[in-house]
Amino acid sequence: MGHHNPDSPSHLKHYFHDVNQQYETSKFAMWAFILTEVLTFAGLFVAYIVYRSWYPDMFVDAHKLLDVNKGLMNTIVLITSSLTMALAIWAIQKNNKKLSVVMLVATFIFALVFLGIKYLEYSHKFEVGQLPGEFYSYMGPDAAHLNNPHIFFSIYFIMTGLHGLHVAIGMGLIAWLIYSTQKGNLTSEYYTPMEMIGIFWHLVDLIWIYLFPLFYLIG
Amino acid sequence: MSENTKQNYLNHPKGIMSWLLTLDHKRIGLMYLFSGILFFFLGGLLALVMRFELAAPGNDIISNEVYNNAYTLHGAIMIFLFIIPAIPGALGNILLPLMVGAKDVAFPRLNLASFYIYSFGALFAMYTIINGGVDTGWTFYTPYSTQSTSNVVPMTLGIFIIGFSSILTGLNFIATVHKMRIPGLTWYKLPLFVWALYGTSLVQITATPVLAITMVLLMLERFLGIGIFDPALGGDPVLYQHFFWFYSHPAVYIMILPAFGIISEIIPVHSRKKIWGYKFIAYSTLSIAFIGFLVWGHHMFTSGQSVFSQIVFSFITYFVGIPTGVKIFSWILTMYKGQVSFTPPMFYALAFLFLFTIGGLTGIFLGAVALDIHLHDTYFVVAHFHYVMQGGTIVAFLGGLHHWWPKSFGVMYNQTIANIAALGVFIGFNGTFFPQFLLGLRGMPRRYATYDEQFVELHSYSTFWSGILGISIFIAVMNLFWSFVKKNKVDPGSNPWGGMTLEWTHTSSPPHPHNFEEEPVLQHGPYDYDKVIVEKTYKK
Repeated sequence: MGHHNPDSPSHLKHYFHDVNQQYETSKFAMWAFILTEVLTFAGLFVAYIVYRSWYPDMFVDAHKLLDVNKGLMNTIVLITSSLTMALAIWAIQKNNKKLSVVMLVATFIFALVFLGIKYLEYSHKFEVGQLPGEFYSYMGPDAAHLNNPHIFFSIYFIMTGLHGLHVAIGMGLIAWLIYSTQKGNLTSEYYTPMEMIGIFWHLVDLIWIYLFPLFYLIG
Repeated sequence: MSENTKQNYLNHPKGIMSWLLTLDHKRIGLMYLFSGILFFFLGGLLALVMRFELAAPGNDIISNEVYNNAYTLHGAIMIFLFIIPAIPGALGNILLPLMVGAKDVAFPRLNLASFYIYSFGALFAMYTIINGGVDTGWTFYTPYSTQSTSNVVPMTLGIFIIGFSSILTGLNFIATVHKMRIPGLTWYKLPLFVWALYGTSLVQITATPVLAITMVLLMLERFLGIGIFDPALGGDPVLYQHFFWFYSHPAVYIMILPAFGIISEIIPVHSRKKIWGYKFIAYSTLSIAFIGFLVWGHHMFTSGQSVFSQIVFSFITYFVGIPTGVKIFSWILTMYKGQVSFTPPMFYALAFLFLFTIGGLTGIFLGAVALDIHLHDTYFVVAHFHYVMQGGTIVAFLGGLHHWWPKSFGVMYNQTIANIAALGVFIGFNGTFFPQFLLGLRGMPRRYATYDEQFVELHSYSTFWSGILGISIFIAVMNLFWSFVKKNKVDPGSNPWGGMTLEWTHTSSPPHPHNFEEEPVLQHGPYDYDKVIVEKTYKK
């Protein structure tokens, strides 16, 4: 330290030449990180494809046990939260701190609503015994003929569960953004963290956009 | 040299906390180095226990159960705690920013976090040992791994956690290579070790997430009986093998690519000749990284694959031989008409060329379906991957340590002892593992604590030389550490091998805490021995 150029901003780390290099590096690494996220889910998508091709009839009938309305509601909620996230970034670019914070809070609330609806869905499934693997005990007439339906619910719970975990982590990050923006640490000069978390949040949205039709819609 | 040269990253700042909380890539590299060497010795001890058990047929020293634990832990420790983290984590961390002229990696805090995540994962692996071991083999194949009463969960959890460290290091290195190079240091002027780290990091960030999710599924299978890998519940245990090898075959290249990078540095410097086929070597690194993702099925020729998949995987597997051969020939052509000096790093590089070539060629045997069905799960496979992993990666790692030791610590080891130890490693290694090819061809299966009378001769031969190998490696490493005691200091401005890359030409030995006293200006390419004369300087 002590090597700081007197007119370099405080958020510039000493091992970067300039603000632009620092920003480009963050953005590059964030996209690389998004790639790792996609690959993490890719393994599960492969499991989905394999078992769907093994048990095509079971997948068609088991998907009818899911609540399409709740799934649709969650899709709308999450897409809207992506919009508010983008608006928060737009607002901070315009140096409108107040609007940015409002939009971040809205994003946070939408995320909470998403998890709330997910909680209702999960608790219903727990009640009737539509559970993964050995814990599956649902005996309803609409499932009596199904061949290994617990495999469907194993994959459903693992994929939506991992996605839900990402929503929860995203909420933590957004909460931190609300705090930093309110404190004035993020401005139109420097809002890299908000942009990066925004990219992450859009990914969380995008994964759901795939999960929703795969589990709730296609028959 | 100014007063400032007395200050280096080893002595400034001082205090234990300045090490534990350091953001300096060189110090983080050293922490990886010392923990890596520790696990290397632990894994090596387990190997020797197994070899001594196998000196004669019957259970002479350990029971079958203990033997199962020994080979599982040997494999898991060597692969996940030593080889995968050690070269990128240790040599990569120390050298990458220096080689691209940067003050640090792109994300120093993330770099430290990677080290602590690795340590945290290692704790779970160590817990496994204290708690009675794990007996599934390092591959954790289902359905046995979902039924075994040994510590499958702590071990897989440890591997899951270490995977994150691997991903974060990969991300950090990729961002560093892309964004932290000094002006003028274009892609084709990068040292080939940087290309190798780049290829390795690409594989790390693309393959490791799949391993992570596989380990999660395995743990869920044990906790919740999700049925995905359990045939009794309608699942498929072979799917586990697909997932596992989709990571673990590319992981082979995570282990060998950095070794290729080290060899690409040692050979031109110690031959004082421009590297032959720079672009060939650089692009062969990337193509190995790419092809590595398409060949996982060759681990599963006997797992009930269709004949069509067998042929496809076998065919693609042969393609790996092309970029690998390109590298070997380029290194040999680099030495041709060069001024080859027989220094310890060069001894290791030459040993590498012999051993890796044998390992690579026998890999082609195993890639052929008809042969593999005969050789699958025999000692031929054991010998093959030890020729690649130990004869290749670990020999290159030892060569790299000897090459950059004076740079990293500012001290020189006893070169005569180092050469003798290198020779011992070479002979001991061949003595240990060459007989295992023959054992495998004659049908000796791997992972057995005992064997039939007909194998006695080759097994006892292998055991004898494994002792020589173990002692030689021990001497090689102790000789390095002895240089701290002897304090045989090299001059801070010295360049003992006459290297042309930035870490030799633009910073002191050991380097300045911020790497360079002022930002380096690139004067020549990394191997321009045909254009510029770089003096070998050892002491004042």
